[in-house]
Amino acid sequence: METIFFYLVALVTIVSGYLVIRCQSPVNSGLALVNTFFCLAIFYVMLYAPFMAAIQVIVYAGAIMVLILFVIMLLNLGTESRKRYTHGVVWAAIASLLVLLVEVFFIKRGRVTGAEGDITDYLIKNEGHTELIGKALYTEFLLPFEIASILLLVAIVGAVVLAKKDV
Amino acid sequence: MSVYHYLTVSAILFALGTYGVLTRRNAIVIFMCIELMLNSVNLTFIALSRHLNNLDGQIFVFFVMTVAAAEAAVGLALMIAFYRNRETIDVDQINLLKW
Repeated sequence: METIFFYLVALVTIVSGYLVIRCQSPVNSGLALVNTFFCLAIFYVMLYAPFMAAIQVIVYAGAIMVLILFVIMLLNLGTESRKRYTHGVVWAAIASLLVLLVEVFFIKRGRVTGAEGDITDYLIKNEGHTELIGKALYTEFLLPFEIASILLLVAIVGAVVLAKKDV
Repeated sequence: MSVYHYLTVSAILFALGTYGVLTRRNAIVIFMCIELMLNSVNLTFIALSRHLNNLDGQIFVFFVMTVAAAEAAVGLALMIAFYRNRETIDVDQINLLKW
């Protein structure tokens, strides 16, 4: 059952990912991207990461996509005429196929290793995923967390300065 | 489902994103393709994090999302500023710094 579901969601993910790069209108690309984000959220739920799934829907499918669609609306890009919308297709196809081949080669021939932790599915079910993430963020990763907040502040200031008419 | 299935899906998504970045002419669609690539990497992180019973990968996804949000804000502001000057965001015409 889970296998069929996985393949179904994977199919939808890849088709909507293809639509992102194929649709002529940026608005359609954006909607396909939202679909991809939701499918990835489903994957996160299947991987026992419900907090990440919620963040994916709220931050990506919510905040970032609204920002992008807002800019598309602001620049009035949806009504472009039917002219050429791609360039360098052949070289790009070769390059991305090469990327895919290298990745598949590593996945097929490689073996996953790394530092084993002690966060089992049982622990996630009992203690709660959000709680575990919060504990890790506020103890072990406190400094990166603070740096990320400064980064967001800088981004806000930069966006306001860049988008102003005259500084 | 083994971790390799998830890694394959993420590899395909990453290749699609690469193709989109290299071929599209609209700067906002290029931007969306970059988001697609970032998301495929996030999927890799979470699949490996589950496989290794380790939470560090998911913390990293958190930071990737932070950087993506900052990138979205600054990038879209840049596009608005550019559109104000040149009336287009076609990357074929954004060539002032090209030699």
